[in-house]
Amino acid sequence: MRISGRTRGLLLGGVGLTLAFIYIPLLIIGLYAFSSGTTLEWPPPGFTFEWFEKAFDNPGARDAFWTSIKVALIATAVAIILGTLASLAVVRHRFFGRETISFLVILPIALPGIVTGIALNSTFSQVFGIDLSLFTVVVGHATFCIVVVYNNAVARLRRSSASFEEASADLGATPWYTFRRVTLPNMRTALIAGALLAFALSFDEIIVTTFTIAAGEQTLPIWFFTNFARPANLPIVNAVAALVIVFSMIPVYIAHRLSSEETVGAAGGRGAAKDTTGTTVAAEATAVP
Amino acid sequence: MEAADVTASARRSAGHRLADLFHGRPRLQAGALLAGPVGWLVIGYIGSLAVLLVTAFWSLGELSGELEKALTFSNFDQILTEPVYREIAGRTILIAALVTITDALLAFPIAFFMAKVASARMRGVLIVSVLLPLWSGYLVKVYTWRTIMSEGGVLSWVGVGAPTDDLVRVWLVMSYLWLPFMIIPVYAGLERISDSLLSASEDLGAHPWKTFRSVILPLVFPAVVAGSIFTFSLTLGDFITPLLVSKTQFIGNVVYANFSNDLPLAAAFATVPIVVMIIYLLVARRLGAFEHL
Repeated sequence: MRISGRTRGLLLGGVGLTLAFIYIPLLIIGLYAFSSGTTLEWPPPGFTFEWFEKAFDNPGARDAFWTSIKVALIATAVAIILGTLASLAVVRHRFFGRETISFLVILPIALPGIVTGIALNSTFSQVFGIDLSLFTVVVGHATFCIVVVYNNAVARLRRSSASFEEASADLGATPWYTFRRVTLPNMRTALIAGALLAFALSFDEIIVTTFTIAAGEQTLPIWFFTNFARPANLPIVNAVAALVIVFSMIPVYIAHRLSSEETVGAAGGRGAAKDTTGTTVAAEATAVP
Repeated sequence: MEAADVTASARRSAGHRLADLFHGRPRLQAGALLAGPVGWLVIGYIGSLAVLLVTAFWSLGELSGELEKALTFSNFDQILTEPVYREIAGRTILIAALVTITDALLAFPIAFFMAKVASARMRGVLIVSVLLPLWSGYLVKVYTWRTIMSEGGVLSWVGVGAPTDDLVRVWLVMSYLWLPFMIIPVYAGLERISDSLLSASEDLGAHPWKTFRSVILPLVFPAVVAGSIFTFSLTLGDFITPLLVSKTQFIGNVVYANFSNDLPLAAAFATVPIVVMIIYLLVARRLGAFEHL
């Protein structure tokens, strides 16, 4: 599209403004993490690495970190299985109520977290009479993580033809063999991307967690939340904040690379690259509330 | 060796028997695939929402404080008649709408630049820069804004002065938090619009503004609606941001505060965002937004 210099200037201004809005706050929290002060005074009085060491040594933060990792891994595993099954049914089969499935999958993430949280809590305590634990947290997280895997898998399956699977079946392979040797390799990168985003989503979640976690347990966001209020821990909280920002970028970055590599690969096939980028990124978009 | 062959062939024939069972029965195949996910979501999730709804019609015993499992409309009565609840619901919906509009306005220039102006390389860089920092670390970001807007914080240091109005503070932080959920679908939606449509409009003599209004906007609108589902819903239920950067109550705060001492009332108030979101989703689906999720 041809655009005039003035429009281009305006657009660039908009881009710069949005990027500044995104990055300046993150830079500020990054600087605080190295501040030698123990309050939130600005500008920071001096420079130190001390808080990072203290953050690594803080048993509360460390335990909470490992709890978060554990919860996110199990929730992601459940989400991969359920999301993949649902995507195969929706893309490869026609049945009554097919449109409803995507609605059903999206619902846990489209409804506010507080609704999901309080609904699950009532069900656990009143219907099943089970105590809250890490298990109940995993159930909650898996429920809203399904959509991420599902969306990535559906986007991939829609672009790949079912004829390979039919050929495999015609050659005498069992459905399980076909799934393992044809369908799964084709979906692999999409599933990994979906899994990484599901992991990030679970790792970051606090609202549903608040309602489903047992009193003595802490995930990292919960640790964070309870330590805001303690002035003594303030510098450590700053250091953990900076670490979380950096750490949480890793899975998202890898997921993005996987999606764009696939785009480069697909570019050879009949110039569908452009549409591919759109759908892939759109699939990622639903990833994280 | 022989034994291994036997088991292998037995296994294969079991596999084939299974294949025979499913062969030519697409409904059965779909059913087998759907049993797990649909079972989980319907029993685990829809079932939980039903429990929540039922709880909303229960009450707490006046003297005992115990949950009384008898049908009553008192919670809904309270929510509908006491003006404070209406005020809080109205305020929450207003903020959700404002955040959505703000994010749509902020998202459009950068999404358009990425989709239609930037070189492939530049586009890659921009997508990564938008995605990475904003994808996670929700709590860290709220905390960051709380720090920036604190007394003696960065905003007062640069002389701008931190906003003191609670609504403005919550609006600012939420617009920041949910921005990527708008940028990505809008970008993907713009990317889908063929360049030849834009050239055609130009060739037919349309002013760029006219092209924007009559070609781009109608085509990208469903994608904006798709993004708005998230910006709207996330704002509607958040209680942590208001708690950390303001002293004002939103729907989420009321539900959270009542959760431990009056569960039925909390459940009744939680139906407000459910009803609002279901209407929102149905409208969004009609507008074609689900294609852009």
